[in-house]
Amino acid sequence: MPVPIQPLAVSAYTVTSALGHGLESHVAALSATRGGLRPNDFSSAPLACWIGRVEGVEDAALPAAHAVWECRNNRLAWLGLRQDRFLERALDVRQRYGAARVALVLGTSTASIGATEEAYRRLDDEGHMPPDLRRPLIHAPHSLAGFVAEALGLEGPCLTVSTACSSSAKVFASAERLIRLGLADAAVVGGVDTLCDSVLFGFNALELVSPEPCRPFDQARRGISIGEAAGFALLERTGMAPHAPRLLGYGESSDAHHMSTPHPEGLGAELALRDALARAGLHADQVDYINLHGTASLKNDEVEAALVTRAFPTTTRASSTKGFTGHTLGAAGILEAAFALQAIEHGLVPANLGCTMPDAACGPQFAWDVEQRGVDVAVSNSFGFGGNNACLAFGRAPA
Amino acid sequence: MSALQVYVEGIGLWSAALADFEALKAQERGESVAPTPAKPAAATLPANERRRAPESVLLAVEVAGQAVAMSGRAAADLPCVFSSVYGDQLISDYMCTTLAQAPTELSPTRFHNSVHNAPAGYWTIATGCHAPSSAITAGHASFGAGLLEAATLCATEQQPVLLVCSDIAGHGPLGEMTGSQASFGCALVLSPQPGERSLCRLELTLEPHAGPMLHPAPRTGAWQEANPAASAAWPLMQNLARGDGECTLAAAETLALRIVMETAA
Repeated sequence: MPVPIQPLAVSAYTVTSALGHGLESHVAALSATRGGLRPNDFSSAPLACWIGRVEGVEDAALPAAHAVWECRNNRLAWLGLRQDRFLERALDVRQRYGAARVALVLGTSTASIGATEEAYRRLDDEGHMPPDLRRPLIHAPHSLAGFVAEALGLEGPCLTVSTACSSSAKVFASAERLIRLGLADAAVVGGVDTLCDSVLFGFNALELVSPEPCRPFDQARRGISIGEAAGFALLERTGMAPHAPRLLGYGESSDAHHMSTPHPEGLGAELALRDALARAGLHADQVDYINLHGTASLKNDEVEAALVTRAFPTTTRASSTKGFTGHTLGAAGILEAAFALQAIEHGLVPANLGCTMPDAACGPQFAWDVEQRGVDVAVSNSFGFGGNNACLAFGRAPA
Repeated sequence: MSALQVYVEGIGLWSAALADFEALKAQERGESVAPTPAKPAAATLPANERRRAPESVLLAVEVAGQAVAMSGRAAADLPCVFSSVYGDQLISDYMCTTLAQAPTELSPTRFHNSVHNAPAGYWTIATGCHAPSSAITAGHASFGAGLLEAATLCATEQQPVLLVCSDIAGHGPLGEMTGSQASFGCALVLSPQPGERSLCRLELTLEPHAGPMLHPAPRTGAWQEANPAASAAWPLMQNLARGDGECTLAAAETLALRIVMETAA
């Protein structure tokens, strides 16, 4: 079992998703149980499904100095960075510690593959990419972190984590290790994934896409709705931001079972959860809210519901927010970390939107409707292809 | 800045010219080296998985298997970090081609093999490894950043860690952008403590604001320049083969990672 870590302050954070730009729109949507899914109007060929599309991404042009990074994914990153004064907060941290003392760890599953797809749709007569897309930087999976490092002027350790749908949860673990060892004094973490044909038609090929808005944990759930999101957080030692909510722990594990199906008994998921609780020095009965992975795929929800039932007392509240935002893939970790942090800040337990007839595996922990209650400790689950699991634990700063 | 120390217990390597670390050592001694098989054997994978697995997975699993075998460690116990500049470029080329022509005909298997953590997934499944596994990228600093990630994991968790860094050759319009023309993979098993199997100690120090120093050297035409992982890892691989030396690799755009190597007495 891992030893407990020193908590880190989450001194700033922000998210942008189908629910809106920045935290306020997310609190408003969750409080009113108002989802953000819409019929698919994105893919290059028709595909009957629902998506969580962010408004205004197309209009968020990058500053001219960063034009070499232009692509839809980096536009969403840029849009996301400018919400909740996050850009200013990050630049302030750079000023305080020095550019080389601030790490940057971002998660993404497909980065700017959308730009590569577009280039293949517009090949010239000789089969080369069109001149405007002949920019090697955007055809590499590090495109997101490369752009953000340049935009924020950061010169510390810089890493892209790309473990499918656990990507932007695992960034918290990498950043904590860098800070613990003194290799950085602060870290910008987060993740961005945008809608693209690869994921829409890829998940469709796997028969995992629902033709209707996704219904996590419903008996009649028919698969996922794909969404997009950008989110960022600043991690520092607690002395620097004593009143900020805290990263208490994290857990990581591998299923060692199957590339695209979770372990049938949730073995890896439970290992990640136990690991996170041990690092946070917490018992399961101290967890007030758990934001579930809850994708609305048949298998994930069955396995995860059983895990909640066996690992948590009835006093813990649990819900999936995928019905609000869709599954934002590599950005799901940071988006749902933000929901966990908002649960703590606002006493807001979001509804499990989309479920009308709960799966028999669901226990009394599930919050089917929005609840207002004190939340001191909130946990977030993120599980990805390849059996890659991560679990994060956040807590309120001590009074 | 304080240094990180790790002990190397196993080394894996594969390229079109070198089948393993022994071949590199022989080459460094000026001996002739037998040509490698056209495809990495990836013997760690069960036969059915080996048939299904894409080239990027075979390459990563091959070098991972070599390094773990040399270390004598059990693969199931090792947290692992898989680093790659481009992931599976051949699958990306296939997917973008198919999506441009007939998107609904996309292969589900190729889609789930397209994730950057496919090698980590196949490896943990084949070895029954439930430890944390990661898949990272950092552009042309992917080897240095991967080494830093693996070393921090090793130092904080106080347990041995497997690092793999590999890239296959590209193809098509995407291949023109990546410039990767050959396959190369390398792997290290790192331990926080010296032990019977320690081959050497690496002392890692970060050197910030090193942009000018990290600019690529003029091309010499050496084979490792045809692969981004190979050109990044090459200075350290050469030192490992020779048994001593210091080198500086990129850990990020302007962040250098200085690696001082000491052979265990």
